[in-house]
Amino acid sequence: MSDRLKVHDIAHARAGDKGDIASVSVWAYDPKDYPLLKSQLTAERLKATFPKLLRGSVTRYELDHLHGLNFVLRDALEGGVNTSLNLDSHGKSFSYLILGLEIDGPELPSP
Amino acid sequence: MRRSVRIGCGAGFSSDRLEPAIDLAQRGALDYLVFECLGERTMAFGHRDRMLDGSKGYNPHTAQRMRAVLAACRKSGTVVVTNMGAANPLAATQLTVGIARELGLAGLKVACIEGDDVTRQIGPGTALHDRDGTVRDVGLPVVGANAYLGADALLPALKAGADVIIAGRIADPSLFVAPLAFRFGWGLDDWQLLGRGTAVGHLLECGMQVTGGYFADPGFKDVPGLVDCGFPIAEVGFDGGFTITKLPDTGGCVTTATVKEQLLYEVHDPATYLTPDVTADFSRIAIEQLEPDRVHVNGADGQPRPDKLKVTVGFDGGFLAEGGISYAGPNAQARARLAGEVVWQRLSRNNALLGDLRIDMIGVNSLHGTAHAPVTDSEDVRLRVAMRSRRRDDIDTMLWEVEALLCCGPAGGGGYRGSISPCVVTHSALVARDQVRPTMRMFTA
Repeated sequence: MSDRLKVHDIAHARAGDKGDIASVSVWAYDPKDYPLLKSQLTAERLKATFPKLLRGSVTRYELDHLHGLNFVLRDALEGGVNTSLNLDSHGKSFSYLILGLEIDGPELPSP
Repeated sequence: MRRSVRIGCGAGFSSDRLEPAIDLAQRGALDYLVFECLGERTMAFGHRDRMLDGSKGYNPHTAQRMRAVLAACRKSGTVVVTNMGAANPLAATQLTVGIARELGLAGLKVACIEGDDVTRQIGPGTALHDRDGTVRDVGLPVVGANAYLGADALLPALKAGADVIIAGRIADPSLFVAPLAFRFGWGLDDWQLLGRGTAVGHLLECGMQVTGGYFADPGFKDVPGLVDCGFPIAEVGFDGGFTITKLPDTGGCVTTATVKEQLLYEVHDPATYLTPDVTADFSRIAIEQLEPDRVHVNGADGQPRPDKLKVTVGFDGGFLAEGGISYAGPNAQARARLAGEVVWQRLSRNNALLGDLRIDMIGVNSLHGTAHAPVTDSEDVRLRVAMRSRRRDDIDTMLWEVEALLCCGPAGGGGYRGSISPCVVTHSALVARDQVRPTMRMFTA
């Protein structure tokens, strides 16, 4: 048994852009929650969840000692800040797209 | 050789706030005050401005910033370093010298750094680095091209005793690395120290993004005094370890969380962050809260710098237009959706108009709409129609169609607004280092 959590409940994030590449770093508030993020917030999951948005590769870098993950999303900005017609052409709001995902919380003891 | 240097950031982007920078100039007791005001887009806009008026092309807030801080900086012996020169560093320098004279700052030495403009070296056959093909394949007129210069371009001005250094396209962290390397006598081939200096620059270059700006999430990440957030200061040791802080009695906060978010901002692989100075390695960096609003950072490293320099090539992308109309109350989403269908069908009678057109519903799917289709019961939505074109007629036609919804569209639409802004497109290329020759000229007020 475990609870469903939003990533937003246990982590904070910031997004940045370079050309048509977005990057989003995700950080556990509490080090004990980092393993949940690391095991469930995978590059494969992001790519599979948002196939229309993430047209290129998704790479994940891990900073275990700082309890953070860095996602690099290629071809994700509809051409980049200069050419995208998205209202948020920088992909600044991608941080909260990822924070809105759900993950399984820690295993609860059986009743 | 100095044991420590106090360096502050007075702007993290072109339109950053002025008054926290004045505070740093007056109370910061800084050795250096850096204004980082240039992005890929702002550089291209600088070129466009300069084409229209040869005396322009620098940051539009240059005069306000200089007028506000020069006297205080001279009093405290703070050297100002900036890329506000953008596409016209010489004009920004002359403007600054004039302001210094008006302020009675006779003898103030203002250095102008040029050589980043490589527009003449870019031709139709120049290969692009961020996409396949060449400049010709983009199919748009080039407005300008600039190489990212490194710390080495700023050293002659520092050695010559400049009080103010005005450049164009210097890589953001290099604006901070240069004064540190100069004061501490770091070699420009000491990759570890340059990596650490780059960490200072990277954490400071976006201004208050490290002191509580762009961080608040009420109830989750609360920031005290966001209204009057302070700009950051780094107290840097000669070994490259440093403490990030801000002035007392300013809003915001410096915590391990604010520092972590900024550490990887616009970074891809944390072990290979490329600048003209070094391949910086942030992957083993240590971040420690010493006391409230003081965070110590150490352990950045570096490998040799890249062989080539990155160039941003700006193209004239014509116009970006946005038209909008709002719907509220019962069935608002259905009415807004129908309005969008009407605009789309009418514009589709002329296929040329549909190439670069996007229709969103703000309040429903405007930001993450490409990623997923969220379900919301919002009864306050705005239709947004966006178009990019080099043909002004197309732009005008689109806005006319959206405005016409006022009488010809679904029921209850109101609040039409339309705007047209110039549009630039940028791509990157690489250039050999020996193709780029930075220059320095000193002017005295």
